[in-house]
Amino acid sequence: MAHDDTSGTDVAAFSSGADGVSTSAGRAVEPSAGASSASGGLAVITTDGLADPGIPPHRKRVTDLDPKKAKTAQRTVYTLFYLSIAGSIFAVAAYMAFPINADDPGSVRLNTVFLGLGITLALMGIGIGAVHWAKSLMHDEEGVDIRHPVRSSDDTRARAVEIFHEGNVESGIGRRSLIRNSLIGALVAFPLPAVILFRGLGPQNENPAELLSHTMWKAGARLTLDPSGLPIKAADVTIGSAFHIIPEGLNDTHDRLEQKAKAAVLLMRVNPSDLNVSAGRENWNYDGIVAYSKICTHVGCPVALFEQQTHHLLCPCHQSTFDVDNECAVIFGPAKRALPQLPITVDGEGYLIAQSDFLEPVGPSFWERS
Amino acid sequence: MTIEKTKADGLVDGTTDHPVGAPPRISNAPSARFTSAAANYIDERTSISAVVKEFGRKIFPDHWSFMLGEVALYSFVVIILTGTFLTFFFQASMAPVVYDGSFVPLKGVEMSSAMSSTLNISFEIRGGLLVRQIHHWAALLFIASIGLHMLRIYFTGAFRKPRELNWVIGFVLFILALAEGFTGYSLPDDLLSGNGLRIIDGMVKGVPFAGSWLSFLIFGGEFPGEEIVGRLYTLHILLLPAIIVALIALHLVFVVVHKHTQYAGPGKTNDNVIGYPVLPVYAAKAGGFFFIVFGIIALIASFFTINPIWNYGPYDPSPVSAGTQPDWYIGFADGALRLIPPHLESVIWGHTYSWNILIPITVLGLFILTVLIYPFIEGWVTGDKREHHILDRPRNAPTRTAIGAAGVTFYAALWSAASSDILATHFQLSIESVIHAIQAAVIIGPVIAYFVAKRVCLALQKKDREMALHGFESGRIVRLPGGEYIEVHQDVDEYERWKLVSFHEYKPLMIRPNAKGKITAPQRLRAGMSKWFFEDRIAPVTRTDLERQKSHH
Repeated sequence: MAHDDTSGTDVAAFSSGADGVSTSAGRAVEPSAGASSASGGLAVITTDGLADPGIPPHRKRVTDLDPKKAKTAQRTVYTLFYLSIAGSIFAVAAYMAFPINADDPGSVRLNTVFLGLGITLALMGIGIGAVHWAKSLMHDEEGVDIRHPVRSSDDTRARAVEIFHEGNVESGIGRRSLIRNSLIGALVAFPLPAVILFRGLGPQNENPAELLSHTMWKAGARLTLDPSGLPIKAADVTIGSAFHIIPEGLNDTHDRLEQKAKAAVLLMRVNPSDLNVSAGRENWNYDGIVAYSKICTHVGCPVALFEQQTHHLLCPCHQSTFDVDNECAVIFGPAKRALPQLPITVDGEGYLIAQSDFLEPVGPSFWERS
Repeated sequence: MTIEKTKADGLVDGTTDHPVGAPPRISNAPSARFTSAAANYIDERTSISAVVKEFGRKIFPDHWSFMLGEVALYSFVVIILTGTFLTFFFQASMAPVVYDGSFVPLKGVEMSSAMSSTLNISFEIRGGLLVRQIHHWAALLFIASIGLHMLRIYFTGAFRKPRELNWVIGFVLFILALAEGFTGYSLPDDLLSGNGLRIIDGMVKGVPFAGSWLSFLIFGGEFPGEEIVGRLYTLHILLLPAIIVALIALHLVFVVVHKHTQYAGPGKTNDNVIGYPVLPVYAAKAGGFFFIVFGIIALIASFFTINPIWNYGPYDPSPVSAGTQPDWYIGFADGALRLIPPHLESVIWGHTYSWNILIPITVLGLFILTVLIYPFIEGWVTGDKREHHILDRPRNAPTRTAIGAAGVTFYAALWSAASSDILATHFQLSIESVIHAIQAAVIIGPVIAYFVAKRVCLALQKKDREMALHGFESGRIVRLPGGEYIEVHQDVDEYERWKLVSFHEYKPLMIRPNAKGKITAPQRLRAGMSKWFFEDRIAPVTRTDLERQKSHH
């Protein structure tokens, strides 16, 4: 190839240099150094390559040779454009003919499908028609453009350097260093207020670590069903069953979702003999009824799946698996910590109540957690 | 109308087709006089003729793979059009309302205005569901086509000088498209996307030093708060689109400045562009193609539901459905979170380090960074400072293709991990075995893909060489007088042969001392890298090879 031949000398120059970067930087100031004569680096320059046979002879299309075919193509194109008009009209008609009727869910589907079909026809008619027109009827001999190196001409580059030089001399920015440096300082400093303004995105007088460490649970708070908020008795929790639990009064709070995002609990009852209870937690369960935070200790999804046979809890987001029999220790998946346990007992009426808040922060880890 | 008619009539004859370069016919028809006056009016105020002169007959090469970037551009236009429509109906507020629309199962349920207005778009407004679905499908197509476009650029070496910076711009566009996708997906405030935000919150909280503060800044307090939808909305419809539009404009300016690359072929050199002019062929083909892309998206949106938020319900931190998965383009990141082995978290001097979050983020960050700077790595290894406008066939750059195959395999393994639970239930496997298999695939898969792809490339190159020298097998068996049977090989024609032989060969760097007589560490590294890249290679057929072959017969 032509450009390979011309660059052969550069490769020789390059090979004797220390590395490609310095060589090309050195070449850039040479008057004739254009893109086509830049170094080929490790490219093998051959003078023995096959010759480019040039652009193959043009082959005429059937529509160029046969006026009948051209006429057919022309008919196809304008038919497609007319179909497009029909599609637009159909879409407008469908908008009126298929209104959405509040009592009939199927009307949404009819509206969507027929409006969509009309629009599709309107669009495809134009699209396929135009492309078919271009491919079958428009002049199809390929043209040739000549590429020029992206690099500006040497004259232009020299002039650009000169302009910067003139700017420097006329403003004195290089010479008057106090002006220059103070300007740089000012430009660095002026966006700072804008950065500070974004502090307002977060709450002003709250300590995140403090808030993340507590939930709504407190001593005596009844365990209630999610979402109804009805209290639940120990007697209602049969062995093998699981309940989604929220604290009493959650539905009346003004920050219901924020509280729920921390306080959601999963309540299960297993055979008390299955539970391996560690020292200090002996009275946290009530006759095999255990309550654990539902918020995954990995990134906070609700650990919503209880496997009745194995007593495993599975997080559906990233499959962290917790073993209820072993105080919800992690047995699989990306989580590290066991789900925090909520100490529970029953009140005088037999309703399940919390003994206290969780004794550690629930949910995903954070820097100040431990 | 008259002009169009005359032209069409001319074409029917098939012979009076207006020759290129001939002076235009001047018509005295009234419409022609109007056109001329209007053109004059505009040109005298804008110099627009210079633009027409510069771009009107600009040549673009033709190949189906050049269409992928076009699909991305056109689906973005569709996104802008449909998204604008949706903003007239969507309420980006998390203020709680009691739903009272026509979707009966959710009647009386408390939800955010965002969710309620999205339900109204879907169930009250005529064409609302259609536009919502066009918007969502177009967004998916936007990201998919950018991905395929990037693969095309990578595997054909179109990122080489002078296009390295355009690769970077394009890659940033890909990341912004992901951000647009995620922010848009989260806007309806439904259960599925809310769990996605919760995962983001969990990841942010795992950031050392500032995690909990960052989380409070993002959500305006404790998760989920009442701010996030409004904030994502600003990003989704203002900030991100503005940046994307600016970068697309820059991306296209560079395409014009560089002129489009072309595949190797007879007559195609590094100094020319062979193809069709903008006017009229590309105006019709590309313009028409916009309508085809739009039409196909509209067709899909008419028949296929996407993101049925009414099945998920409003966001609530407590429930989640089994089989929860993000939109597919976030899958690789979610998969990385799933694959990390258990118990990777430590407490050092009273502070918590969540390695189970930091490691996936770091691995993904390094992967993204590698893809971003790949053109500069390859440019440094080859030391090739020439402009490259002729595309490589992937087989002719075996190591690059193999690295690409490894990268694709790595991404695919992470991506499949995002569906680990679905894979487990669908194929009745245990979740543990699926995760362990994918963990192995993430590490071993790229290595296998690398070697297989490299060997396949070299084998294909050998086949090309064989074909250029000996022609192809004609299927004709001939018995020679001596009784020997041979299959006659038929020479390829010179145009076909040119396609097989016109590619570059690179040789590994020979280490030489520099001017000070020293061998530097970077040079050693570069020599090692170049050996890795180019030690196994097939040289293109030369004239001597061909002559020797001819005389041999």
